Amino acid sequence: MAKDRTNITGMISRIAGPTVVARDMLGALMFEVVRVGHAGLMGEVIRLDADTAFIQVYEDTAGVCVGEPVVGTGRLLEMTLGPGLLGHVFDGVQRPLRQLQQASGDFVDRGISVPALSPDQRWTFEPQVKVGDTVRGGDVLGLVPETQAFVHKVLCPPDRQGVVAEVFAGEKTVAEVVVRLEDGTALTMAHQWPAKIARPVTKKVGCTEAFVTGQRVLDCLFPVALGGAVALPGGFGTGKTVLEQSLAKFSTADVIVYVGCGERGNEMADVLSEFPELIDPRTGGALMDRTVLVVNTSNMPVAAREASVYAGVTIAEYFRDQGLSVAMMVDSTSRWAEALREISSRLEEMPGEEGYPTYLASRLAAFYERAGRTQCLGQDNRTGSVSIVGAVSPPGGDFSEPVTQSTLRVTGAVWALDSSLAHRRHYPAVNWHRSYTLYDQTLEPWFARHVGPQWSGLRKQLMTILEKDAELQQIVQLVGPDALQIQDRMTLETSRMLRDGFLQQNAMSDVDASCSLPKQMGMLELMLGFHERAAQALSQDVLFERILAMPVRESLSRLKEVPEDAFSAAQSDLSRELTEAFANLQKKEAHT
Amino acid sequence: MSRQPLIKKEYRGTTRLAGPLLFVENAADLPYGGMVTITGAQGADRHGQVIEVSEEVAVIQVLEQTMGLDLKTTAVILEDREAMLGVSEDMIGRVFNGMGRPIDGQGPVVPMAKLPVSGMPINPASRERPSDFIQTGVSAIDGFNTLVRGQKLPIFSGAGLPANEIAAQILRQARTTGEQSRFVVVFATIGITQREVSFFMEQFEQSGALSRTVTFLNQADDPTIERLLTPRCALTTAEYLGFTLGYDVLVLMTDVTSYCEALREVATAREEIPGRRGYPGYMYTDLAMLYERAGCIKGRTGSVTMLPILTMPDDDITHPIPDLTGYITEGQIVLSRPLHRLGIDPPIDVLRSLSRLMNNGIGEGHTREDHRALANQLYACYAEGQDIRRLVAIIGEEALSALDRKYLQFADRFEKQILHQAGENRSMEQTLNIGWQALSVIPRAELGRINKDLISRYFCEIMEDGIKTPFC
Repeated sequence: MAKDRTNITGMISRIAGPTVVARDMLGALMFEVVRVGHAGLMGEVIRLDADTAFIQVYEDTAGVCVGEPVVGTGRLLEMTLGPGLLGHVFDGVQRPLRQLQQASGDFVDRGISVPALSPDQRWTFEPQVKVGDTVRGGDVLGLVPETQAFVHKVLCPPDRQGVVAEVFAGEKTVAEVVVRLEDGTALTMAHQWPAKIARPVTKKVGCTEAFVTGQRVLDCLFPVALGGAVALPGGFGTGKTVLEQSLAKFSTADVIVYVGCGERGNEMADVLSEFPELIDPRTGGALMDRTVLVVNTSNMPVAAREASVYAGVTIAEYFRDQGLSVAMMVDSTSRWAEALREISSRLEEMPGEEGYPTYLASRLAAFYERAGRTQCLGQDNRTGSVSIVGAVSPPGGDFSEPVTQSTLRVTGAVWALDSSLAHRRHYPAVNWHRSYTLYDQTLEPWFARHVGPQWSGLRKQLMTILEKDAELQQIVQLVGPDALQIQDRMTLETSRMLRDGFLQQNAMSDVDASCSLPKQMGMLELMLGFHERAAQALSQDVLFERILAMPVRESLSRLKEVPEDAFSAAQSDLSRELTEAFANLQKKEAHT
Repeated sequence: MSRQPLIKKEYRGTTRLAGPLLFVENAADLPYGGMVTITGAQGADRHGQVIEVSEEVAVIQVLEQTMGLDLKTTAVILEDREAMLGVSEDMIGRVFNGMGRPIDGQGPVVPMAKLPVSGMPINPASRERPSDFIQTGVSAIDGFNTLVRGQKLPIFSGAGLPANEIAAQILRQARTTGEQSRFVVVFATIGITQREVSFFMEQFEQSGALSRTVTFLNQADDPTIERLLTPRCALTTAEYLGFTLGYDVLVLMTDVTSYCEALREVATAREEIPGRRGYPGYMYTDLAMLYERAGCIKGRTGSVTMLPILTMPDDDITHPIPDLTGYITEGQIVLSRPLHRLGIDPPIDVLRSLSRLMNNGIGEGHTREDHRALANQLYACYAEGQDIRRLVAIIGEEALSALDRKYLQFADRFEKQILHQAGENRSMEQTLNIGWQALSVIPRAELGRINKDLISRYFCEIMEDGIKTPFC
């Protein structure tokens, strides 16, 4: 990146909160990282005007004076990508928080820089190239066993290529040269990549595999593909954070990148203490070992909050380039948009809707477009994916605001959270009328192949009942339940069972926190089977009250409490029970 | 950070006075965020803070009245590079003004440390996950929105609703498991009336809490801009007492709405582009800098727990102040006017209230194994009961099914038996038992949120022949 250039030194001429203006900055790059003042605060150039540079500072500017120096670094805001990312916690500009704690104590002090990847840790580099090989961007230079279950592919940086002249195997730190090219280029295990530039790929490919979340309402009603982008809007208290955390814990992804953007410190403490204890169901190791956390809590500087989303997605793309499926959770993109707004208003830019800058929509679009399933750079044509789930926190729960609306235009699915469901503690509070997915058609073959051919039929039946329920509820509001036809009352009862027994899922329960696809299908089959039989019985003049009194209904509504390993047995038992119960019912009816 | 001794230089280039702001030329060497003393033609010295500085002009927000200042004689002297507060253990039991100066006539406090009032963010990796529940003795909080040590749980009130009474009750009764209260209270008033201040003072005196309370007073008739500093002084003291000295600190701040109005006043005077309802776009960040100072830190014994009170203008929970607060704090206690009219005391709307840290602090080893499931079930049944009430309003009670009537009956019991307690101090055990009692009107098959084991242990349906629950 960096051309030969002596570093530019300017002088502060104005300070207003996180925005600093400096003179004598001719030659500074747009988005160049600079060091501000005697304290050496980290900042980024966001506007250039003749020799004046406008700088957003990633740290608190209290105590800084006009006249103090600003020193350019000649580099954009870059992420360091290499072994040692997994299991670590970074702030918005990729400073590792645990190391920062050792350097500055329990409170984050200013002007401290700590390398993103540990400079002392040694990794075993197993070369995959030999002298004389031609390597291009994205080729695998070597392997590093990073954790017990994870082998890190060391990649040739996308912007480098050449013929291998030397290879150094063995125990190396991330700063030591492992491959030298004939033109003298030294390649280390880690490389830098500018956070705000998407990493290049060979091509984007179709999203045809499901991103399985273990949440019934999502997998069943609103499935998303690997490489998809989802908006998760919801007012406060609707369970965005809990749902994002459940996704991080249980979804089918090789690597999780979790960005806590402008959120609560105590919730991040929760994640930090909980994730290392959780077992990754896929590898048996700690869940933390496949997770990277980027945390910039709401009281940490606002400019670093703006950067945190880019930091997260760049790390996600790096793992994608290794041929992995990566799930990225952002909690919450509204805080990021607010950071944009705050900085924009300090620059005295003409505001767009609700004070947000007019480029809000294009920034959001550019961010969500970094999701996708791709054929990665490199000779082995591996595919990887980045799926993004972005929480949106609309003010007052009103979805018509600009951040939600701009997000809806660029995401392929919406999981809309609803405060009235949350108030009755129906979690996940995903509103099945307002949510939608554009991936359901493309994923149908996948579900038919991996779960069962009846999946899509069951799903449609479920949707029909929920839709009918909404309609009937309106009538009930007007005339009361007694005025309904008996079949419709049955639909209401079934819908209630489906809502409480199927859609509602307890994230705190050991058994129910995650639900496998076969169990989801089994539950649906039983519940919808009950409905069908009941409807049939009603048409044969069995009393509605008799059906309501059937004890088997309680077992049905408690199906979610059945552990995964006992489920298949429970399913056949219950299925038999159901048949018998209805047979008895009809027998009794025949008697009377 | 080492500080060089400051030479006291006077800046006399005042060119403009607008609302609370003072514009000074030739003052480019003032540090951003610096604290200054302002001497004018009339009146005592005033205090101010540099909120913007450029080569041409420095903008100073004056914490007191600008009335009586002129452009000719006004002089500005730099006191400190940042707003600082001297803190000490001796502050406990004392009363200060909104800028942290003692006003109880007992002389100055000898500071043990001098700290910047804006504080520094706690490193998220250093935070301890809050998990010790605080028993407040209020069922609507303990049972359904459990408060946890290190949490920030605001009370969303409306004009005329008894938020102060509830806050006073919590301060009086708060204790961690099994122990007597060992909380130190930091009490910050931000623009509240003399009447409210004396209510709290009386309460503290009666409960003997005054000797373990640090009070910062900014009343309704005190300078508005000083309000920006009051919560910061209070929290700096709280952090010192909690994280340095190891006390468990409860911070009561009232009223955050006045704080936000002061913020808006300054923003407007600076001619900033206003956000929603005229509040500045950075209000979220600003509030977060206050609220996020609550917490527990690994390896330190103390904690800072925050109970801010705010008034929802026109009871509107979507107003920017409660809205942004709700996005930062770990839940909220919402007061309800309809319940208040019905005479339910405390009138807490549990359906709209929430404690996000509740799950960490309850259940086996903390409160009781049935707590989570019971609370969920009670919520769900109460929500159902509320829906049916609305239905009754339209179609009349006669049209209801037998089950619907049970839910209706339950909703009444929920309000009258669980929520209503008229000042009584209930233990956690009592709260949970009352919950099971109220639940007994609901048929067993309806209790989908509680697993079978717990039901068989705690629940006993009232049958028509009158079998009672173990707690009835």
